[in-house]
Amino acid sequence: MAFGPFLLLALMEGLVTAAVLALAASGLALVFGVMRVVNVAHGEFFMLGAVIAWFVASLIPGPAWMAFAAALVVAPLAVAALAALADALVLKRLNYDPEATIVATIGLLYMLQQAALTVYGPDARPVAAPFDLRLQLPWFGYSGYKLFVIAAAAVVLAGIWALMTHTRAGLVMRATQVDRDVARAFGIDVDRVYMGTFALGAGLAALAGVLIVPITQAHYLMGGDPLLLSFIVVIIGGLGSLRGTLVAALVIGLSDGVISMFFSPTLAKILATLLVALVLVFRPQGLFGTRT
Amino acid sequence: MKTWAAHLAVLALLLAAGFLLSPYHMTNLARILVLATFAMGYNLAFGYTGLLSLGHALFFAAGMYAAGLPIWHAGLAALPALGLGLAGGAFAALAVGVLALRTAGVSFMIVTLMFAQAGYLTLLYFNATTGGDEGFALPATGRRLFGADLSTDVPRFLAAWAIFAVTFLATLALVRSRFGRVMVALRENEDRARMLGINPFTTKLGVLTLSGAASGLAGAAYAILFGYAGASFATIQYSILPMLYVLLGGAGTVAGPLLGAILMFMLIEAATEVTSAWMFLVGAALVILVLFAPKGILGALRTRLRGLP
Repeated sequence: MAFGPFLLLALMEGLVTAAVLALAASGLALVFGVMRVVNVAHGEFFMLGAVIAWFVASLIPGPAWMAFAAALVVAPLAVAALAALADALVLKRLNYDPEATIVATIGLLYMLQQAALTVYGPDARPVAAPFDLRLQLPWFGYSGYKLFVIAAAAVVLAGIWALMTHTRAGLVMRATQVDRDVARAFGIDVDRVYMGTFALGAGLAALAGVLIVPITQAHYLMGGDPLLLSFIVVIIGGLGSLRGTLVAALVIGLSDGVISMFFSPTLAKILATLLVALVLVFRPQGLFGTRT
Repeated sequence: MKTWAAHLAVLALLLAAGFLLSPYHMTNLARILVLATFAMGYNLAFGYTGLLSLGHALFFAAGMYAAGLPIWHAGLAALPALGLGLAGGAFAALAVGVLALRTAGVSFMIVTLMFAQAGYLTLLYFNATTGGDEGFALPATGRRLFGADLSTDVPRFLAAWAIFAVTFLATLALVRSRFGRVMVALRENEDRARMLGINPFTTKLGVLTLSGAASGLAGAAYAILFGYAGASFATIQYSILPMLYVLLGGAGTVAGPLLGAILMFMLIEAATEVTSAWMFLVGAALVILVLFAPKGILGALRTRLRGLP
């Protein structure tokens, strides 16, 4: 294949990565922005989304699209409920202390991973794509489902943006983000906002997990990479800034696609992790954030 | 004086315990002592100075590879390899510290995590030299110390005990020195310490380097005593492990890391007889500790019994 089409393929693969990453990372950014909590278990919510999708797909008979549609609804809701429970039982009792919550979510990570290993097993299992469409370009054929993933992620992210800017719930969340004590003084139930935010963030990760599972299969250790990449995206985008997160997801996703295809996936990850460390050291507000 | 006597008694007790246990448990105790050495290094940064790092696996692995690679490729002997391991861990910590210590709190955790992850991936990337994911077994020539074969039970245990004892007493001397009090002052109130004329950056860098040296020594000892080095020792799990030991035993106590390592080892050992779900146990232990006993066992005791270092 000539260089041009090869680059195009790399960019399209990168765009799929970017779309899934943007979903997962916006969940992490939301939780960090509103609650100032670094959720290390975020990748496990992603994994749970994929694993629950597999269970739903294997339980529901009938055409693949029906099972997939059911998974798209069930998995994020189930994971969001679990996250709400974790918030009430653990995070709230820690009073959202930044360092203690990191240790606690590391514990949560281990527990969820073990639960998935015990219940679901060590194998990687596929979920059928909801439809089987191949888009034939002059140089190569491309999976129509991957394009659907990009579109779906765009729609959901637009929805999140609308939620944050045009609804009362978004207003309340932003108010809590700016100053939780003042928000409380104005009669906002901060505990409920936190629980809702944590559940929403987890649900977004789970949704990303459901979308990716027809492409990569579900596996109990699949949460590691998205966690790392989401961290990278959220930090480069400026901690807690939704717009920066989207831009950073695009940059990281595309460059990951290109470097992975032309060099090696490991090299792409080394560069990304080093970039993050250096951004945090020299530009702690993120590449796109503004200093506050 | 009383404190020194108590800590020497702990060391004597460990030595006696090693010889009273069966060979299988003697080797386990050797493993615990090496991991406790690692945790003591971690404790210097986290427990005494308040530097919550998620990247100590990098220092452990730096020591492991600084010792293991020359043994593997160049047939180096064990004693200089241990020295190289210590230097490797210290150098890695110094290099990370120069950059990471410009940040604090949550950012510091993430920066150290990212550097450790980059180190782990680098080990995988150069798998032709490092053995990558599969790692390598150390040749028998590099596992002899003062004429004793470290792959047999008794010399291995004695070597582990000696390395632990040196680190244990060095830690005790350090935290009881002026520098040790400066470390605690930084943990308790950095602004006030700065006003008293302490330079936080150089102090923390010194602590992190010492912490890395102990971690590197433990990594080198682990490779030499148990005959294997691999990239899995550079994963985030090996940053969590010393944190778990320190949290369980008591952060900012000299014997806490040892107590945490022994208890956690016994807990996992006991649990594996019932279930294979040891990861769940580690996770639950972390959550329970942070919720109900953030000071650990010795930390909780210290609030009752005054004068525990």
